[in-house]
Amino acid sequence: MTENKQELTHEVLEELKSEFGDKIVEAEVKRKTRLRIKINGENVFDIADYLKNKLDFDHLSSIASVDYPETFEVVYHIWSYPRKILIQVNALVDKESARIKSLTPLWKSADWHEREVYDMMGIIFEGHPNLKRIFLPEDFKGYPLRKDFKIGPKPWYKED
Amino acid sequence: MDEEIRTEEFILNIGPQHPSTHGVTRLVTRLSGETVLEIEPVIGYLHRGLEKIGENKTYEKFLPLTDRMDYISSMTNNHAYVLAVEELLGIEVPARAEYLRVTLSELQRIANHLMFIAAFGADLGAWTIMMYGFREREMVLDLMSMLTGQRLLYNFMRVGGLKEDVPLGWVSKVREFLKALPEKLEDYKAYFYNNEIFLDRVEGVGILKAKDAINMGVTGPNLRAAGVAYDVRKDDPYSYYDRFDFDVITEKEGDTFSRFNVRFNEIYESLKIVKQGIEALPEGEVIAKVPRIIKPPAGEAYSRVEAPKGELAFYIVSDGKTDKPYRVKVRGPSFCNLSSFPYYAVGDIIPDVIANFASIDIVLGEVDR
Amino acid sequence: MLENILYGASGVENGLIRGIVGVIATLLFVSLNVLFLIWLERKIIARIHVRYGPNRAGRYGMLQPIADMIKLLTKESIVPKDADKITYNTAPWVAFLFALLPAAAIGIATGLISTNISVGLLYIVAVSSLSTIAVIMAGWGSNNKYSLLGAMRTAAQSLSYEMPLVLSMIGIVAIVGSLNTQNIVAAQSHAWLGIIPKWFIFYQPLAFVVFFSAVVAEMGRIPFDLQESESELVAGFHTEYGGMKFAMFMFAEYTHLVVGSALVVTLFFGGWYLPVVSGIFANMGYINYIVQIAIFVAKMYVIIFILIWIRGTLTRTRINKMLSFGWKTLLPLALINIVITGVILSL
Repeated sequence: MTENKQELTHEVLEELKSEFGDKIVEAEVKRKTRLRIKINGENVFDIADYLKNKLDFDHLSSIASVDYPETFEVVYHIWSYPRKILIQVNALVDKESARIKSLTPLWKSADWHEREVYDMMGIIFEGHPNLKRIFLPEDFKGYPLRKDFKIGPKPWYKED
Repeated sequence: MDEEIRTEEFILNIGPQHPSTHGVTRLVTRLSGETVLEIEPVIGYLHRGLEKIGENKTYEKFLPLTDRMDYISSMTNNHAYVLAVEELLGIEVPARAEYLRVTLSELQRIANHLMFIAAFGADLGAWTIMMYGFREREMVLDLMSMLTGQRLLYNFMRVGGLKEDVPLGWVSKVREFLKALPEKLEDYKAYFYNNEIFLDRVEGVGILKAKDAINMGVTGPNLRAAGVAYDVRKDDPYSYYDRFDFDVITEKEGDTFSRFNVRFNEIYESLKIVKQGIEALPEGEVIAKVPRIIKPPAGEAYSRVEAPKGELAFYIVSDGKTDKPYRVKVRGPSFCNLSSFPYYAVGDIIPDVIANFASIDIVLGEVDR
Repeated sequence: MLENILYGASGVENGLIRGIVGVIATLLFVSLNVLFLIWLERKIIARIHVRYGPNRAGRYGMLQPIADMIKLLTKESIVPKDADKITYNTAPWVAFLFALLPAAAIGIATGLISTNISVGLLYIVAVSSLSTIAVIMAGWGSNNKYSLLGAMRTAAQSLSYEMPLVLSMIGIVAIVGSLNTQNIVAAQSHAWLGIIPKWFIFYQPLAFVVFFSAVVAEMGRIPFDLQESESELVAGFHTEYGGMKFAMFMFAEYTHLVVGSALVVTLFFGGWYLPVVSGIFANMGYINYIVQIAIFVAKMYVIIFILIWIRGTLTRTRINKMLSFGWKTLLPLALINIVITGVILSL
């Protein structure tokens, strides 16, 4: 059974590689149900579309974002109910523009996840219907999860 | 006098301070009379920036903060977090600790579901059931406080195992509890399943279809109520869940009643697991050898558990240089369950929306983090 | 003299003194019952909930209502900024007044009635339906959306339950041939075989079911407490009220409970008559009155207990179901009851 699982995971990876070739920067099977690929931000919609509609990865579990020194990474975790495999897609996002395509046309659940990433990391999701802050007040300045965000005494509070 | 009688839609803010918002959330509803035309949840009132705090605390010191996310079921929060750190470190957890983790998580699930039933009753105007739910939940809390010294925020799991072994006599107390609870649950059955008014309020209200539920990222009992037999414990087992025998409860309709039903019946499944857990409890250590300063090698880990409210996941990135996580991301089930709520709640009248909202069982500490 | 005033004997039947005494007596009777009821309801509900209920102020917490009253009366009176001041401030008094008025035409013993008008029932029905106006005033005057929704619900509720309420009484009126409450009770004073009372619940069981449901709805108690359902509308029409004004609404609510159950006892449970007991004390003057009052109050509290029990047991229904229950179930049943009664009486 476990052997089988491992093979299945590899199969998915092979299929992805043959479809997208060198658009996949990096790929590995982390463990028997975990797959990790690294891609460039501009390809994310195509790959997500393929994952959802061809490979049955139907549950967008979460969207995270990481601020690395050279680049942003938006990390998608997508689970497949039929295959029982979790794929982790690390999409590299340029620090200057901080833009990536929204996945809301594919998953409704992407809505709030993307708003959260926007709120916390300031990455703009193109095509998102309602991209505004979700946790923080609308007039909040800065994006707290960026590493250059200074935690001062109440940064949102302005003394008149 | 041929002036026309005018009607107007109006906006009603349900919350942030409202008896049935289960914390502080705001549902901006557009109403036409009693019919709800649009709902927009507004969240963030309880936002404490836990993810940012996580980046500034050591791995161990973040653990107590996980309690404060879903404060109704803090044990499973602990569980998800330590699993992620253990994945980063590559630690093998002793068997006794794993069995206890499963047992404790299931006890927590029972407490959570009883709390759900209590709150659900209160929202429907059945205060008696609310009191009953709290009374039975107290039994679990007694067990937990005997074990951890805390009633709500346990902070009991550790990276590599548990804080300490169970005290003398705890296991026999659990056995007593396993006998006592099913008898009490009979009262609930009598109350809910024969109550014309209750059934009338919940059946066919707020229907969420399986296809939509998947697309909206709904997980946990809400998804199973729609007919998708997805349970992280079965589909992607963690700890020792693959050694336990239990069923995944599903319903077909996906309405408020199914959501209630799934949770109610899950209590019985959890009792089964707890029973197996304490029967099979092996002797031995409860914590593995873990370095004093936790400094995992560079890498990422994504751990998922089936929390009582759905799929709870921690995504942790370590840069390998410090003893603090580079990034902590929490995927809370309540967050996604709430985000899907507007899609299937519109078109109902206010009482139905309230019943529906109660049935998705969210906790705002976890939505806002 | 005193006897004449109290029992409405000849001469002072409609005198001024009798009127004043009647008003004070009614007010006193209702107030004392309300105070006791607040404690009783909390205690019984607590027992159903597996709690203790009030147990600090006085023996068994019996002074709790008084403590509550003092607290509420000493609170600051707050008026919302955008409220319609006049409507907002008068609404509690109107509610209080219209809750109390029906009590004037309900007697608690033979002749012991504030105003013994011949169209008693008609008066009760007319006046009690006016309390809806107070609720709408409160809902509109508070300038709060929850209050408004609560008021609208009350209006809808009262419209749809007033009808079956009135129609279910018609059977009794037809049997007795009078609208006077004294006559209605007197008509129930006999017994079959000396022990089985000739109460109208046995003549009119269907009417009783309709009447009782409608009364519960009119009182706005669970399962029909939609006007102030706390999980939906926070507190409904009295969301914005506090202190004294809230106390007035509270008082009005419990007055409804007292008056409603008194009406049920009067119409269906033979008022102050109990088969064997009433016969024993029939010719004993003052003692007879005390016994009659005791019987009446005891019956009233049985009904109240049942109402509290219902509150502790059921969940809240929803507004659309409630209205359709009123129009589609209770109203036809009430009409059927009238037809059946008419046919039997004409035989």
